[in-house]
Amino acid sequence: MSLQFVVTRPRGPLGWWIVVPVVAAAVGVLWWSAVGTHLSLSGLIDGLPWIGDFLGRMLPPNIAFMAKLVQPAIETVQIALWGTLHGAVFHGLRQVLNVMRGINEIILALIFVAAVGLGPFAGVLAIAFHGAGMLGKFFAEAIEEIDEGPLDALRAAGAGTLQRIVFGVLPQVLPAWIGVVLYRFETNIRVSTVLGMVGAGGIGFELISSMKLFAYEDTAACVIVILILVLAADLMSSKLRAMIR
Amino acid sequence: MIEIRGLAKTYAGHVALKNVTLSIRPGEFVVVLGPSGAGKSTLLRCINRLTAPSGGEIVVDGTPFSSSGRDLRLLRRNVAMIFQQHNLVKRLSVLKNVLVGRMADLSPVLSALQLFPEADVRIALHCLEQVAMSHKAANRADALSGGEQQRVGIARALAQQPKFMLADEPVASLDPKTSRTVLTYLKKSCKDSNIAVLCNLHQIDYALEFGERIVGLSAGEVVYDGPPAGVSGDVIRQIYPGLDDPNVLDAAQRLTERRRASAEAVIAAAAEERA
Repeated sequence: MSLQFVVTRPRGPLGWWIVVPVVAAAVGVLWWSAVGTHLSLSGLIDGLPWIGDFLGRMLPPNIAFMAKLVQPAIETVQIALWGTLHGAVFHGLRQVLNVMRGINEIILALIFVAAVGLGPFAGVLAIAFHGAGMLGKFFAEAIEEIDEGPLDALRAAGAGTLQRIVFGVLPQVLPAWIGVVLYRFETNIRVSTVLGMVGAGGIGFELISSMKLFAYEDTAACVIVILILVLAADLMSSKLRAMIR
Repeated sequence: MIEIRGLAKTYAGHVALKNVTLSIRPGEFVVVLGPSGAGKSTLLRCINRLTAPSGGEIVVDGTPFSSSGRDLRLLRRNVAMIFQQHNLVKRLSVLKNVLVGRMADLSPVLSALQLFPEADVRIALHCLEQVAMSHKAANRADALSGGEQQRVGIARALAQQPKFMLADEPVASLDPKTSRTVLTYLKKSCKDSNIAVLCNLHQIDYALEFGERIVGLSAGEVVYDGPPAGVSGDVIRQIYPGLDDPNVLDAAQRLTERRRASAEAVIAAAAEERA
């Protein structure tokens, strides 16, 4: 059986070649940002011995203690029964997302600075944690708002669940999802300029230091740079959003 | 052959269909005529189980309904559907929308990776040719006009290579000229492939022009089942209760008389030829 890859050629004179510079630029920018924020797996890997030590202390398990766990176990089953009845999976996930975006980035940055130390990595974690909550909510809302008609058509044609998601749901929500991601990027630029004030890296650190030293000319320079960053992010995301209609 | 016996559907106390008994023979073009809210859509959606009936039974090609996922997909592959709002996926290409019609037989993983067997792509392109839309195969669906989108909807249904086609008000949102074009493509392509069509319409003139058989539905009940030539003013008053527009009744009367006259002329000519 010979297969055919069915995709539409991108518009414009460059055709498929437009993909190469876009992907290269995207990879380059991500790599450059990872280096700049000290995003490192090694930080996490260095913590692994501690986890090993923790696991070592857990052995052997205290069998005698299990007798006391019968009552809590029954309770867990009862909670699960009622939880499921209320659509626990979906609702539970939503509550997690609510909590995640309910906590302000500054608070999260303070927590993460305490956890992983001063620097931009703490800022990345704070924005990621808060952003996941936000994106989850917007992504879910985009799915709720899609036109059910094409899904009916896919069902009527005998398409399976995966096919309904790939051909019915994703094409409808993708522009909204990309729009939300770009909007969040805009917001995050603004937020990350402030996060430096609590020691989570970035230009905010310079801003707060200059103010503490009463070097207000430097402060003004920081404010100008922040404005340029915010305006550039705004301009870029509105251009990109217009492209993906 | 689709056999519907004693079909009933009730939505939260509201009766949409009651005791509908009907059979669709292979290859025929049946028009279900009735006012909005008569239960036409419900009737079609019960046949391919987008809606579950409350009572009665529907037997498609001798197979009674079974709720297993596999049987349901088989049923839907055999009974294609065309929608009033065409229900194309707007941001996908025309070709990919038509390939949706092949999906019941395709590997979910491969199709998700946008890989389709060449034979299926050929079938999809052929179906686009049948509705004269193959030149727009690479266009995005939302770049087409309403009539063109509905023709792609027909191609998608044809791509299933079904035995039956359910058309739910396929021209309700199109202008008269486009409506006639779309109905002509629908009828011709289904005749070419010997697909039986059950087509919902609320326009009396199109029903009489395109239907080989008319099923009149009023308030969830079949009030007429017969040839277009038998649709008299009285029948129309039964299908559209309270319709006292002399113009419509007049027009219908004239159309049926003309049809009856032309049918008689054909019979007379045939008799003369034999003699």
